[in-house]
Amino acid sequence: MTLTREALARAYRQMKTIREFEERLHLEIQTGEIPGFTHLYAGQEAVAVGVCATLGDRDYIVSTHRGHGHCIAKGCDVAGMMKEIYGRRDGLCKGKGGSMHIADVTKGMLGANAIVGGGPPIAVGAAIACKLRGDGTVSVAFGGDGSCNQGTVFEALNLAVVLQVPTIFVFENNGYSEHTGVDYAVGSKDIAGRARAFGMPAERCDGSDFHAVHAAMQRALEHARGGRGPAAIEAVTTRFYGHFEGDPQLYRARDEVRRQRESMDCLKRFRDSAAAHGLSASELDALDAAVLADIDAAVAGAKASPPPAEAELTTDVYSSY
Amino acid sequence: MAQKSMRDAINDALHLEMARDPRVIVLGEDVSGGAGGSSGEREASGGIFGVTKGLLPKFGAGRVIDTPISESAIIGAAAGAALAGLRPVAELMFADFVGVSLDQIFNQMAKFRYMFGGKTGCPAVVRLAMGAGMNMGAQHSQTIYPLLASVPGLKVVIPSNAYDAKGLMLSALRDDDPVMFFEHKALYPRKGEVPDGDYTVPFGEAALVREGEHVTVVALARMVVFAEKAIDALAKDGISCDLIDPRTVSPLDADTILESVENTGRLVVVDESPPRCSLAADIAAIVASRGFRSLRAPIEIVTAPHTPVPFARELERAYVPSPQRIEQAIRKVMQE
Repeated sequence: MTLTREALARAYRQMKTIREFEERLHLEIQTGEIPGFTHLYAGQEAVAVGVCATLGDRDYIVSTHRGHGHCIAKGCDVAGMMKEIYGRRDGLCKGKGGSMHIADVTKGMLGANAIVGGGPPIAVGAAIACKLRGDGTVSVAFGGDGSCNQGTVFEALNLAVVLQVPTIFVFENNGYSEHTGVDYAVGSKDIAGRARAFGMPAERCDGSDFHAVHAAMQRALEHARGGRGPAAIEAVTTRFYGHFEGDPQLYRARDEVRRQRESMDCLKRFRDSAAAHGLSASELDALDAAVLADIDAAVAGAKASPPPAEAELTTDVYSSY
Repeated sequence: MAQKSMRDAINDALHLEMARDPRVIVLGEDVSGGAGGSSGEREASGGIFGVTKGLLPKFGAGRVIDTPISESAIIGAAAGAALAGLRPVAELMFADFVGVSLDQIFNQMAKFRYMFGGKTGCPAVVRLAMGAGMNMGAQHSQTIYPLLASVPGLKVVIPSNAYDAKGLMLSALRDDDPVMFFEHKALYPRKGEVPDGDYTVPFGEAALVREGEHVTVVALARMVVFAEKAIDALAKDGISCDLIDPRTVSPLDADTILESVENTGRLVVVDESPPRCSLAADIAAIVASRGFRSLRAPIEIVTAPHTPVPFARELERAYVPSPQRIEQAIRKVMQE
């Protein structure tokens, strides 16, 4: 299925929104106003958007500690996300979750997750619900290259095959598990191959190329929606910042990020081929301006939002107790 | 009213609720048993303890799901299915296997409601078979509920008899929070009066199993049975006790315990777990801080020792609190 001009423009706008969201956070974090740990998704936008552009609100995703991109791509409210990251009352999770726990079940977004490998079993459970409903919906388990070394992920891959449920495992190989390189930490150096060994189709794709990710996801979806069980994608990508904000990245060659920003920037690459898809540079420029205005508004809104009331501390633990 | 074992009572509850609510599914290792076997017998076990027997033929493999031995995936899948609108019951088999699935229990399902700002719950039930007494050794015998009772977001249910087990299970299946349902293996065959139809036993309401005036005894699961024996043996000496079975330890009905201690002035807490950070220690602390002025004697706790569960018959018998030890503890607080 080829995407319409409108769908492509939407995808570009989402990728740009993620980029500017993260670039802005990178600056705002330095003011000290944002509490806690933040893991930026800049550089990986084509993966989240290429995958989620194929999904609807009734499809599910589980995300990771580096989850802002997945949230935006799945339709979470950007202003609500920003408030959440600032720990404010009106945040998507009332300021109780923070950057690593943003969720919006009404959008099928079952949570960012601060435990590496925590999400995939949950995605398999959501896919059990999809299969029982029989409505063609699917779940997607986003994970990094680091997660592919977790036992929970092996369990989830196998269980999904055994139960023949429609889960698509998307491994975002950004080259680093925290500060440790993939070449060191992934024994076989072949993440797609691992998934394939569990009995599902798996392919490696260029994670900096929106169109490549989208096409791989289409193939995976066709398989899963056809009732033939799970599929996997290894998207080779990069992150433009450290593992967390403040990470001095001493494990990376000095000019690695600069080179990758030139050769692996999914936004530049999208622009390069935009004319072929009927999108003009001036249209994209207009989208860029609209995105920047959105982000400005989101940050201003977050700064203006009050902190949660102290009484909120003990609410939302149980439905009743 | 029919006499039923606790095993059949829980089975009853699962049958009733699966028939009533199509969102209820059951998953776990061998919940039907036989998938992929050479005999072709599709329901070869109905659960390693027989608690899920008959569910597969009635509700089908779409809702009664045999899984590989992958405890993290079993619990995680239950968590995800619950987020996606189902009401899963995950069987962990032995409660000790909490060790290989703890992240999914205490970092994931327990925290969703809070982390996500109260916008979604996680209505999953995890069934855990626990307890010593069958010489199953250190990794198949623990009463590991204190670990989970300490986690905000989880509810922890510990029935001591067939009637309560069915009513508590029906409550658990209708609850909107994750419920850890501990079933003592030694109680599975014990029979009691169990109504056929639908009834619930609410969470957070202790049962007054015996009424007396001298000592308050609090006990859980199999220890309720042992405490009854001890209390009956003391009757000939004119000692009578309130015996309180909390039935759920999260939420815990502290008020019923405190009210009883107000009358008796003496407390004995019996817990099959080791003593440190146990339910016995927790209940003793609550009464010591909130009911101190009612106490006429130091609180006695009767627990397992601070050791793993041993294997040999003689050692295991020495590990589990006995009716005799409970009796001695009651006599001791009576001396004050």
